[in-house]
Amino acid sequence: MANTTLELVDVEKSFGSVIANSGISVKVDAATVTCILGDNGAGKSTLIKTLSGVHKPTKGKYLVEGIEVNFNSPRDALDAGIATVFQDLATIPLMSIWRNFFIGNEIEKGFGPFKWLDVKKMKDITKQELLAMGIDLRDPNQPIGTLSGGERQAVAIARAVHFGAKVLILDEPTSALGVRQSGIVLKYVLAAKERGIAVIFITHNPNHAFLVGDRFYLLNRGKLVQSMDRSNANIDELTKAMAGGKDLELLTTEIESVRKK
Amino acid sequence: MSTSPTTDERVKKASFLTRALRRTEVGALLGAIAIFILFTSTDTTGNFAKLPGIAGWTDIAAPIGIVAIAVALLMIAGEFDLSSGVMVGTTGLLVGVLVSKLGLNIWLAIIIGLVFAAGIGFINGFLVVRTKLPSFIITLATFFILKGANFALTMIITGSVRVTGVEKAAGYDSAKTIFASTFKVGDQNFQISLAWWLLLTILATFLLTRTKFGNWIFAAGGDQNAARNAGVPVARTKIALFMGTSVAAALVGIIFVLRLQGMQAGQGVGQEFYYIIAAAVGGTLLTGGAGSAIGASIGAIIMGMAYIGIPFSLWNSDWTSTFLGAILFSAVMINTYIGRKAAGGKR
Repeated sequence: MANTTLELVDVEKSFGSVIANSGISVKVDAATVTCILGDNGAGKSTLIKTLSGVHKPTKGKYLVEGIEVNFNSPRDALDAGIATVFQDLATIPLMSIWRNFFIGNEIEKGFGPFKWLDVKKMKDITKQELLAMGIDLRDPNQPIGTLSGGERQAVAIARAVHFGAKVLILDEPTSALGVRQSGIVLKYVLAAKERGIAVIFITHNPNHAFLVGDRFYLLNRGKLVQSMDRSNANIDELTKAMAGGKDLELLTTEIESVRKK
Repeated sequence: MSTSPTTDERVKKASFLTRALRRTEVGALLGAIAIFILFTSTDTTGNFAKLPGIAGWTDIAAPIGIVAIAVALLMIAGEFDLSSGVMVGTTGLLVGVLVSKLGLNIWLAIIIGLVFAAGIGFINGFLVVRTKLPSFIITLATFFILKGANFALTMIITGSVRVTGVEKAAGYDSAKTIFASTFKVGDQNFQISLAWWLLLTILATFLLTRTKFGNWIFAAGGDQNAARNAGVPVARTKIALFMGTSVAAALVGIIFVLRLQGMQAGQGVGQEFYYIIAAAVGGTLLTGGAGSAIGASIGAIIMGMAYIGIPFSLWNSDWTSTFLGAILFSAVMINTYIGRKAAGGKR
């Protein structure tokens, strides 16, 4: 496969006596979509936070393009080209689309200490970049809150791509969306992939993962329980593995015994 | 891409009117025009819409507007400053005491006053971002601390509740020219504070809409966490804005102490609500994230017109506050309604 952009080798993360992740080894290649699946409490959040620089791994190695890194903050990760789009913290509803796009990265012009925003340039870039992701905006001035949830995710993705992300971590981008909106976001996931970005797609929805994923990792109880490539994966297997096989059988019998009463 | 263009078309359909109403200050401007027409028609002196009347209500509006602009910026960033009114008195008294009791040159006293105000603003801001307590509480505490200190220290230093004798200070004439002189339009004298107010409206509007810092103000008030994640220095932005309201209040204190040649210990107390009213009437959201400097200035104009228009109409001016309260309520109602309409019913 293509060159590996990001790699975790035998990573463990513990908080005091609680081991949230252990023995995690994942490979994320450029221009692919790597899906990390797991139910609630499987350790997905901890893994995202480790990847995005919020947490430091307790044990193991974190490699970016083959070089071991040691991030102290999400800003460090961002500087290394690893951008995370959090589901709810992506955008500021009342601000216009172009302002949201450039927030924290404003383009200025002027001389000496007198600097002001290059509004026209920022609006043009916003329009272009969103168009490149397949979003045709007529008016970058409208508040981003007027866009649908899926479109807002898309703007956040386009923003990460524009500011040089090599790795894009998407934290449950579809979990709060309806079917059609999810479809829109998945399309942008593929658009980002086509632009050569290594996408890490974290979800608990095997159907969404299967639509776009090239490689699948399954988390359960903080451990990597299964990994599959697209060539040897199928949706039933994914779903069954997700639900936790035996756990589900146990649950079924339990519920049935409750219903009988 | 087969389905989204059609939905895009529906979302983007915005009439000129809707687009105009999306600007937060338009509601306030319509209100100001309505109140102008109201008082022009009820006016018994025939002067309300002429230069003498305009000089009157802009003179009331200017000191309110100067601070209201800074307060609006702070409110857009999601914070309140209740100590902005009392700061007017504190700075005026400080400058007055420095020149009348210590014999300082008034320019030096003005600089000390501005630096002192910036310091108080810094403390307000620092405490808000550090303790994460609501700014309402922290600045309410500052308000009462300063209010008490204004009275107590003025009594101790001057033996009365008033500082006087500012006009005898070295440099008084030049300082008065800058802060408290008048200029002529036609036959009518206008206060120089009007020029300060207009200048600040323009500067603040530029700052808010055309600079990086302005972007950060909106971001800090819109969603702190999202702003922080995007690399916006939220804490620094807020502290700077608290310093801004304090310094704006200090400017008004300096204008008053020079014009009145002295200052009462109670000056400015209660004004903080006028600033908040002006900002809110002007379309600044109390929860932060939206608003404008022009809106706050229009809000100040509305208050100035009410203060002059009510006596000009021979109404009982005891009711002025009631009138302003009703204006505040209806303006915020209308702004909210317009805001919802403009946002397409989404929020």
